[in-house]
Amino acid sequence: MTRTVTLGFDVGVGSADGRAVAATVTAAENAGFGYVTFDDDDVATGGVDAVTRAAFVAATTSTVGLVATASTTYAEPFHLSSQLASLDYASRGRAGWVASRSLAPDVAAAWGREVVSADTDLVREQRDSVTVARGLWDSWEDDAVIRDFPTGRFLNQQKLHYVDFVGEEYSVKGPAIVPRPPQGQVVVFGRFGEIDADLLDVVLVENEADARAVTGAHVVLDVEAPGSPTAAAALVERIAALDDAIGGIRLRPDLIDDDLRVAARYVLPQLFERDLAHRPVPATTLRSTLGLARPVNRFEAAR
Amino acid sequence: MTALFRPDATVHLGVFYQGVNHTTIWSDPASGSQIDFETFRRLITTAERGLFDAFFLGEGLRLREQGGKILDLDIAGRPDAITQLAALAGITTNIGLVATQNTTYNEPVDLARRLSGLDVLSGGRAGWNVVTTDNAWTGENFRRGGYLDHADRYVRAGEFLDVARALWNAGGTPDSVRIQSSQFDIASAAPIPRSPQDHPVIFQAGDSSTGRDFAAQHADVIFSAHGTHFDDALDFANDIRARLVARGRPDDDIKILPGTQIVLADHERDVDEKVRWVKEGQFTGPTTLSIAGQVWGRDLSDRDPDGPLPTEDPIVSGVVGARGSAFNGIDVDARVREWRSLAEAKNLSLRQVVIETSARTGFAGTPSQVADELTRWVRGGASDGFNITPYLVPSGLDDIVDKLVPELQERGSYPAAYGGSTLREHLGLRRPSIGE
Repeated sequence: MTRTVTLGFDVGVGSADGRAVAATVTAAENAGFGYVTFDDDDVATGGVDAVTRAAFVAATTSTVGLVATASTTYAEPFHLSSQLASLDYASRGRAGWVASRSLAPDVAAAWGREVVSADTDLVREQRDSVTVARGLWDSWEDDAVIRDFPTGRFLNQQKLHYVDFVGEEYSVKGPAIVPRPPQGQVVVFGRFGEIDADLLDVVLVENEADARAVTGAHVVLDVEAPGSPTAAAALVERIAALDDAIGGIRLRPDLIDDDLRVAARYVLPQLFERDLAHRPVPATTLRSTLGLARPVNRFEAAR
Repeated sequence: MTALFRPDATVHLGVFYQGVNHTTIWSDPASGSQIDFETFRRLITTAERGLFDAFFLGEGLRLREQGGKILDLDIAGRPDAITQLAALAGITTNIGLVATQNTTYNEPVDLARRLSGLDVLSGGRAGWNVVTTDNAWTGENFRRGGYLDHADRYVRAGEFLDVARALWNAGGTPDSVRIQSSQFDIASAAPIPRSPQDHPVIFQAGDSSTGRDFAAQHADVIFSAHGTHFDDALDFANDIRARLVARGRPDDDIKILPGTQIVLADHERDVDEKVRWVKEGQFTGPTTLSIAGQVWGRDLSDRDPDGPLPTEDPIVSGVVGARGSAFNGIDVDARVREWRSLAEAKNLSLRQVVIETSARTGFAGTPSQVADELTRWVRGGASDGFNITPYLVPSGLDDIVDKLVPELQERGSYPAAYGGSTLREHLGLRRPSIGE
């Protein structure tokens, strides 16, 4: 059996036109991509935020994973975790999160906060944000809702948990306001070298050397999307010869809709034909598309 | 008391999907998941078929507690409002999408941007129900932590709205926004795209005098608590009209949509029984004892809900303090006295007293009777319509849309189709004055 790769497509910061957003993501789903990533250009530069764009197409798509970029530097982790869990419910288990950083001082000014610029501080905010979100996603066990008519209890208190996160900068009590998401944990993506891979499900890398340095996560190589049939053929050969450390590729287009059409016609059909990749199966979760298990709830495991 | 006479006025309907708390019955076989997307899809699709102006979501920032433990009797667990409404925007075309969002635990540029995103993607259908909180208990989930002085809640909310409006006004222009106020020090060059309705529609629900003044200054719509008695609703509406005029706004500049519940039965003889069934589903024995426990400040879970009221005095700072509920900060001695005299006068059990004092009765009757009553309210100036909370999801709007709406249409007090495409147009609101 040949080794297969997972396929992602980056739809960038996209359009503010709902129909255009939906048309692009639907085209990526029809082409057979496992997921799309929505970039976010942060509060300082406007545009529609990635979580909202991803949510807008959640109920009109069915197999493509919806991976929203959201910065960890200034946002409230409690809100972020709720937003991402809600995206997971609306998409029936196809939500992902690129946990990014905000580097521009303008972003701090828009939040009305002191600039976070030192690398150690950026690392801390990323780590704490992901830690809090993951804790909150486990704060309801899967079977916390019991509808126990004889005692009048809707919830089993024993299956709801305070997360009691205490960091250097803030603390979060919990539990979440949203029940545990369908995937158990929303799929968390991060850039190589920014966040400890232990906190991630997927690590995005720029080259094969970095890929070999990652352990314990699904590794995705960022590749420039081909703009022509010739470039597409070359990409197919490159994928056929990929290093074993790489589990998937993500195409970064120059012209989103044009490059998507090229990929749909000249890359994905060849990959499927040669058994180098598969279309997502119906009713799939993003986790299963990426070959990741549904995590056991930490509180259930500790019982 | 001046009743207006508005012979051509039409009823505006919204649906407030609570989906949580004891007003939503979970013990019925038809009670669906409060979180599964299909529940929301079915409700909003039904509401849009019934030409509703808006679909509302509440906001949760911390799970309710009683006696230091998570309250386990009521439905809990709900989605983030804006994220969920964005998903619902993708499967609807006309209905407004209103998110309850707190100004205490959000930051203005972030929230204004997310509301704009919903507004732009939906083609101008977003609304924001502005709420405020002051307690440190909710703050324990947030970076800011802490709390606001009770009086500062509305100061922050007002300044928050000023920032949001400045950003929306700059939308689609190269202008940047710089705001320094008591709560905020913000600079943002945010070319947020311009929405077809300019700004999200602003809703407000506060009922205190400060809350009403805040609404008169900032709101387009009031989601009031006066949705049961005509005279009480008319007093409230007249009070709001007076506050508007005092601020130099036209007296019809705000639409008033009381929150209410509507119980329908096909035949008049079945109405009372249906109402009793709803109330007993909402106020189960354990829920009755929980609510009474919050008032008395004692654990009453071993009492008989259908028996007499507890004989003890309430404990003012009781161990069973409820967090995140309506009973924070009430005068419990006065409340217990009121309950005792009610029980004595009408010979009521504890459960009957709780139902009588806590239930939002709203409207009950045949579709024809309720249509008459809703029309009378709107044409008499007591409200501009109603924001209906279904007591059952996802089927709770079915009979309202299938039976009540046609009755309203027959009376000429309900539209036959959506007239415009934005929430502002549905509600008949003026466009915001850009650059105010």
